[in-house]
Amino acid sequence: MSTVARKKSLIWDYLTTVDHKKIAILYLIAGGLFFLVGGLEALFIRIQLAKPNNDFLVGGLYNEVLTMHGTTMIFLAAMPLVFAMMNAVVPIQIGARDVAFPFLNALGFWLFFFGGVFLNCSWFLGGAPDAGWTSYASLSLESPGHGIDFYVLGLQISGIGTLIGGINFLVTIINMRAPGMTYMRMPMFTWATFVTSALILFAFPPLTVGLVLMMMDRLFGGNFFNAAAGGNTIIWEHLFWIFGHPEVYILVLPAFGIFSEIFATFSRKRLFGYSSMVFATVLIGFLGFMVWAHHMFTTGLGPIANAIFAVATMAIAVPTGIKIFNWLFTMWGGSIKFTTPMMYAVAFIPSFVMGGVTGVMNAAAAADYQYHDSYFVVAHFHYVIVGGVVFALLAGAHYWWPKMFGKMLNETLGKITFWLFFIGFHLTFFIQHFLGLMGMPRRIFTYLPGQGLETGNFISTVGAFFMAAATIILLINVVITSVKGEKVSADPWGDGRTLEWAVASPPPEYNFAQTPLVRGLDALWIEKMEGKKGLTPAEPLGDIHMPNSSILPFVISLGLFIAAFGFMYHAKYSWSLFVGIGGLLITFICMFLRSVVDDHGFHIHKEEVLETEKGVKA
Amino acid sequence: MKKWLLNWRLFSLFSVMALLLAGCGKPFLSALQPAGEVADMQYSLMLLSTAIMVLVIVVVTIIFIYVVIRFRRRKGEENKIPKQVEGSHKLEIIWTVIPILLLIILAVPTVSATFKLSDVKPMNKEKRDKNTVVVNVRANLYWWEFEYPDYGIITSQDLVVPTDERVYFNLKSSDVKHSFWIPAVGGKLDTNVENNNQFWLEFDQKAADKAKGVFYGKCAELCGPSHALMDFKVKPLPRKEFDQWVEKMKNAKPAATDAVAKEGEEIFNKSCIGCHAVTPADKRPEQARTAPNLANFGDRERIAGILKHDEENLKKWLKDPDSVKPGNKMTGTYGKLTDAQIDALTKYLMSLKVE
Ligand code: HEC
Ligand SMILES: [Cu+2]
Repeated sequence: MSTVARKKSLIWDYLTTVDHKKIAILYLIAGGLFFLVGGLEALFIRIQLAKPNNDFLVGGLYNEVLTMHGTTMIFLAAMPLVFAMMNAVVPIQIGARDVAFPFLNALGFWLFFFGGVFLNCSWFLGGAPDAGWTSYASLSLESPGHGIDFYVLGLQISGIGTLIGGINFLVTIINMRAPGMTYMRMPMFTWATFVTSALILFAFPPLTVGLVLMMMDRLFGGNFFNAAAGGNTIIWEHLFWIFGHPEVYILVLPAFGIFSEIFATFSRKRLFGYSSMVFATVLIGFLGFMVWAHHMFTTGLGPIANAIFAVATMAIAVPTGIKIFNWLFTMWGGSIKFTTPMMYAVAFIPSFVMGGVTGVMNAAAAADYQYHDSYFVVAHFHYVIVGGVVFALLAGAHYWWPKMFGKMLNETLGKITFWLFFIGFHLTFFIQHFLGLMGMPRRIFTYLPGQGLETGNFISTVGAFFMAAATIILLINVVITSVKGEKVSADPWGDGRTLEWAVASPPPEYNFAQTPLVRGLDALWIEKMEGKKGLTPAEPLGDIHMPNSSILPFVISLGLFIAAFGFMYHAKYSWSLFVGIGGLLITFICMFLRSVVDDHGFHIHKEEVLETEKGVKA
Repeated sequence: MKKWLLNWRLFSLFSVMALLLAGCGKPFLSALQPAGEVADMQYSLMLLSTAIMVLVIVVVTIIFIYVVIRFRRRKGEENKIPKQVEGSHKLEIIWTVIPILLLIILAVPTVSATFKLSDVKPMNKEKRDKNTVVVNVRANLYWWEFEYPDYGIITSQDLVVPTDERVYFNLKSSDVKHSFWIPAVGGKLDTNVENNNQFWLEFDQKAADKAKGVFYGKCAELCGPSHALMDFKVKPLPRKEFDQWVEKMKNAKPAATDAVAKEGEEIFNKSCIGCHAVTPADKRPEQARTAPNLANFGDRERIAGILKHDEENLKKWLKDPDSVKPGNKMTGTYGKLTDAQIDALTKYLMSLKVE
């Protein structure tokens, strides 16, 4: 196939793409949109709580907004945005031309996307899920309408996507590293992706199991969680948190990875204590599976279980502390340049430390009986997730934007966004620690006057508007940049250390004309210090084998989307069952086609590669 | 001498923090103004952990501020390449070992408190001590039932307990999971649908006086549209008064005296008695007790847990409960009431008193 034949319309191109860089952009757009939706829901929550006895969002509707805010932010915003960063960067960081399974990569995205769309369809079809993002079984089985069904099926579909994505990155990092890229030379973000992917591999199956059981109960008359019929709702709590706790690390380890890259780059120093950083990452990933029951201290598991999980939870603070000090000492003696990404990174340290220490406080089981399900906990996990993950995603977006799109986001606007977001974040959440200790339970749609909760809640709402303003400026920045931004070179920050800064911005389809030879940690930096212009190639220039694009991932996911609707309404309309089966058929036929029709991919010829590379240099 | 200095410093850090924290919230609601043994224990753990954590934050912040100011790239340093340091074993060991020590300092009292708080042996003895007060708490969609199994009485919404002694609780739920929380008196414990949870609390008389005789209780687990409104009140009494209250409850009978209240009683016996009992000794099994026991309704702090206790609000509740508590289980179960009927019911309900 030649270049001409591959010139397709933009939309068709993105629907069928299997290129990790384009999939990264898809994840970024979809995750960004869901982030806006989740943010709007957060704003509604804060408006309702701005004053006592408010009637902006009352009772059941509030619970729907609250549930969708949490579910959207975790599953449909944070996760895909993390995947956007991983897709945009990791293959290039390890010197690969793509991920191990490009087709699966696309499939993972489309499954996530259709799962997310399905979940949000609930707003227009009788009401969204309303049992919180944790969807505890007794309440979710009681919930009328189809809201919880949307939750169960939507998360099931997008969860499969995430699992596929995780496996893909595991295999990619194990198998696709360039010559010389040993494990202990991998950039920190790649390491984080590696450990995160392993966590996904072990954490998502329990969620899948839980969701299947709940689906059985809700749609097909099962009794797994029906206590009256001998079921047990505590099982759901365990299954959910065996997934749910590692999920926190699935989000925050990549955040750590992103910051590690940024600290090193803008301090012009190699990461301090690289091997202890790797060790800490792996240890956090491991311990992340040992602590889930700290979410259940008040469930009544008894003092032995509570004590064990309390101590295990405290232990996680140690590797996390190691990381904090390593970052501080990466900056120590460095030459710090305060770019927008670096400002997020710097601000992350005190913000995240706050979230970390309240985490240790929560770990003290006996005291957690007071914190649990109060605003103290709300404050704690927003410090971790916003102060850690969202800061990282914003930092990463600014940092790698030029790599992904070839244009630099405006730095002035970026800094304004940062300050607004930073101030708004602390304004919103710091006071919530005290609200919780003063007796405000979590997930309440209103509070009566005269309980001492008015001022704190009002301040918190003001803060939320600061964050909203920051988001709007970020959007303006994105628009201005795409219209007016200037094209940038391969290493626009000037201080790039890792392989992604050695290829053009945006990188050509094949990433590397010649697979590079990696000679140490911070491969590009080493070459730079030796005064070389580019990387040392590990192979002669030749034809490059590439995978064909395909519409099948999209259709497979669409099939499941249709099937979910069919099964959800099967009790109401008998024909609906056939819609469900039809949807599954679409999916299976596509899978069958993929299995039997050989796809050998295509080659980009040497001459074409030379042509492209010349274009880049000029 | 040095040790003394350290002690003094720790002490002042503690007292400053205690002062800061205690300024927070209302004495009837705030966990920062502990009103009993359990809350005290939890509060000291809070202070200890906060002190350790503030220490960590201070250290990080000092290094942080120093680094960020000292090592910024200044004019003329655009081409400076700093020394590429690999790491330092000495430093890394320091910041591994010190946190471990700090955590041990926190872990020991944590574990000990966790066991103390779950010591419910006295309530489960074969032959329970006569003076041990046990309350069966049953959480229902948006209301609370308090049964005193040893006295054969039941009340709802307002929990009455003796002060300055341990009171033991059996917790369960009859529909979805809720969580029983009296922030000023102690942490929460969930009411599960499949098992009983047990714990104890102690209510301090002095703190109760400071809170003007009533603590606020909350449901702390999302349970549906009116989760936010699932409040209850706690009335701690000195042991003697508590015993008197129990006696009065045991002998309470509805006694409508004037004509309007009598009329109200009739309406009540027609439309409401199927759910609501008006005697504290309700012998029906708990599945049949689908509504708050109203035997001492006239003594309640609030109506339906949240409205101010007066006739106007009671009428409001009887007219349209859903406007007060969305999704509650009383709405639409008793037909339409005329204004006259509501007036009569109000008179009757307000007359249900033991005090
Ligand atoms: C289907 C059963 C049912 C019927 C019939 C019923 N109620 Fe209720 N009632 C409830 C429930 C359940 C609650 C608790 C509502 C809540 O707080 O969420 C309640 C609460 C109340 C309360 C507030 C109790 C308190 O302690 O604050 C009053 C007063 C009351 N009902 C009066 C009546 C009267 C008068 C009638 C008859 C006209 C009546 N109820 C009929 C179920 C019922
Ligand atoms: Cu409740």
